[in-house]
Amino acid sequence: MSDKSHHPNQMTGAAMIVRALVDHGVKHIFGYPGGAVLPIYDELFQQSEVEHILVRHEQGAGHAAEGYARSTGRPGVAVVTSGPGATNMVTPLTDALMDSIPLVCITGQVPTHLIGNDAFQECDTVGITRPCTKHNWLVRDVNDLAKVLHEAFYVASTGRPGPVVVDVPKDVQFATGTYHPPRKADVHVSYVPRLKGDATLVRKAAALLASARRPVIYSGGGVINSGPEASKLLRELVEVTGFPITSTLMGLGAYPASGKNWLGMLGMHGTYEANMAMHDCDAMLCVGARFDDRITGRTDAFSPGSKKIHIDIDPSSINKNIRVDIPIIGDAANVLGDLLQAFKAESMKSDIKPWWQQIAKWRARNSLAYKKNDDVILPQYAIERLFAATRGRDTYITTEVGQHQMWAAQFFGFEEPHRWMTSGGLGTMGYGLPAAVGVQVAHPDSLVIDIAGDASVQMTMQEMSTAVQFELPIKIFILNNQYMGMVRQWQQLLHGNRLSHSYSEALPDFVKLADAFGCVGIRATKPADLDGALEEMIAIKRPVLFDCHVAALENCFPMIPSGKAHNEMLLPVEANDEATAVAFAGGKALV
Amino acid sequence: MDQPASAYFMEERHDPVESHTLAVLVQNEPGVLARVIGLFSGRGYNIESLTVSETESQKHLSRITIVTTGTPMVIEQIKHQLDRMIPVYRVVDMTLTGRSIERELAMVKVRGGGDNRVEALRLADAFRARVIDATIESFVFEITGNSAKISQFIDLMRPLGLVEVSRTGVAAIGRGPEGM
Repeated sequence: MSDKSHHPNQMTGAAMIVRALVDHGVKHIFGYPGGAVLPIYDELFQQSEVEHILVRHEQGAGHAAEGYARSTGRPGVAVVTSGPGATNMVTPLTDALMDSIPLVCITGQVPTHLIGNDAFQECDTVGITRPCTKHNWLVRDVNDLAKVLHEAFYVASTGRPGPVVVDVPKDVQFATGTYHPPRKADVHVSYVPRLKGDATLVRKAAALLASARRPVIYSGGGVINSGPEASKLLRELVEVTGFPITSTLMGLGAYPASGKNWLGMLGMHGTYEANMAMHDCDAMLCVGARFDDRITGRTDAFSPGSKKIHIDIDPSSINKNIRVDIPIIGDAANVLGDLLQAFKAESMKSDIKPWWQQIAKWRARNSLAYKKNDDVILPQYAIERLFAATRGRDTYITTEVGQHQMWAAQFFGFEEPHRWMTSGGLGTMGYGLPAAVGVQVAHPDSLVIDIAGDASVQMTMQEMSTAVQFELPIKIFILNNQYMGMVRQWQQLLHGNRLSHSYSEALPDFVKLADAFGCVGIRATKPADLDGALEEMIAIKRPVLFDCHVAALENCFPMIPSGKAHNEMLLPVEANDEATAVAFAGGKALV
Repeated sequence: MDQPASAYFMEERHDPVESHTLAVLVQNEPGVLARVIGLFSGRGYNIESLTVSETESQKHLSRITIVTTGTPMVIEQIKHQLDRMIPVYRVVDMTLTGRSIERELAMVKVRGGGDNRVEALRLADAFRARVIDATIESFVFEITGNSAKISQFIDLMRPLGLVEVSRTGVAAIGRGPEGM
């Protein structure tokens, strides 16, 4: 027995956790210590391979890990304690589940013999996180720990990525057992997602596309999750086919915004040309998107005349909201590669020039137009200037949730995948600031900007302290209109302009707040001052809170009122009171 | 409102509802049943009946048989949602295979005397139910069969002094030499 204890693979559970992180190539983790994870923190203290970023609230650790994951394509890792540490992770876990972000969260748990006793800082972590993780484990035996940790990384990053939780009781962290390193040859017993698309269906899809007269490609976050190869193949497919392409919020950057076939984002706040093309197309190729309700609007009026091809790695995404004609289950890169080959073998049989002429007419409506103003900064203008100021730089953008998020999606052009981190599915206000922390940790020399709103940013404002401590020069660009803008917009459009609790009476002075945090505060209130202030922000190599005062009552258009069809969009130029009243008739039930 | 105002209220389609029996082979690990049940409650699916037991102890496999109802699109969703759970090996729609046998066991307690007692015994005989407990004034019958047969037997016992029923829920298996 004494021989065994000197074996290099004999170690404590806490040491196994750190060892597994190293074995999986993890360089950074985000976390917050507490009683039930002290053995892990003791191990972290005595090594230098894994750097721990101390956040100020566990939710911040989760979103930072999400930003880290989304900007690198590798799983983000968070370590939190039992009880409140675990419950504070519920929002980021749900967020990561909705947006398919690989996250490995290690939670401490009270010692095994106290589980179920309502012990101090005890909660049923696996019970609470069961519906908001891809999978979770409670490890009761230290000799199971290595296997579970490796399985956790496998599950988080294989197939459709997602968050996992490994709950480790404190006695298991102290106990000594046998560690084994991850083995490539290990195949999971029950979870082996299909990666290769069915060849017959791929040929059918290629034939459908080759004979389409009004085709459109609709891509989503799955293309980005699949990795750089998928984006490359998507671009090649667009080039070879000459088809127009639109994308979901999550898919921005897979195809460059400067590309000539780009229609802009689709959906509730998408461009007119993108939504009209979706509505009128005769062949739709959906890659790595899931026909979310913000995309489809009225499902019974969604793209009524089209044959639909759906490529997705998750079979449960197929036929969930919209019935499709050719479902292809597989990894986006694999299927796009096969489809490209099959399409080249087909040769285009129809003329899509008239379709492009139609699209040109829709484009000419200029659905993102807004009235310029010399006195107040319009939020759209602020994003346009921010985009201009960052062009040619190595830039990553995160956002909070609301109007500013939609304006960022509309007016900031993304040229590359992994550059755009936003909470799409869950819509988590407070996501962007900690996500920016995570992105900056992964890309220390890049320009990382959180496009924020004054309301959202206050939800996780405490993480500015993390940025200062770890010298992460994130830029928080706040479009400050003193309202919860999107809530106010809906109240105006749907609830008789009764602005119930959407006005922030007592906003902090963000410049003074920056000072208090020990970072830099900048304020801009006039359009003429904006460019100079943006240059100043970018030049500062420290965290910055940028308080950009924008027009308070600006609405985000174009907009498909929810429950309406794609061809029932409300455009900004037409959004006078009467048109708005008609478009939103019957309104209060809208969600 | 003549048309639904919201995407959230759009699914008021009236496709016919079907009943399907699903056989689910799972890794027998803690919480696996909670996951399956949580999926049904979380996504608003129906469970008509659910049975579970370990079937291959060496491989730690359990078999769950679920009878559920829904439109064809919902049934398809349920199967995909089950199949993507990490500890789930296989999901087979026994109803779609069209070649499955379904059985349920029930224990039925009847209390009474005189003619009712004689009639209960006579019916039990006709349904091939066995007496597994008896007192001067009661019987417990054990009956096996498809769910409709069991329900019919229970209905017949009601006027004869039915006290209580315990049913196992449906277990199903495919006909022929192949396994699932």
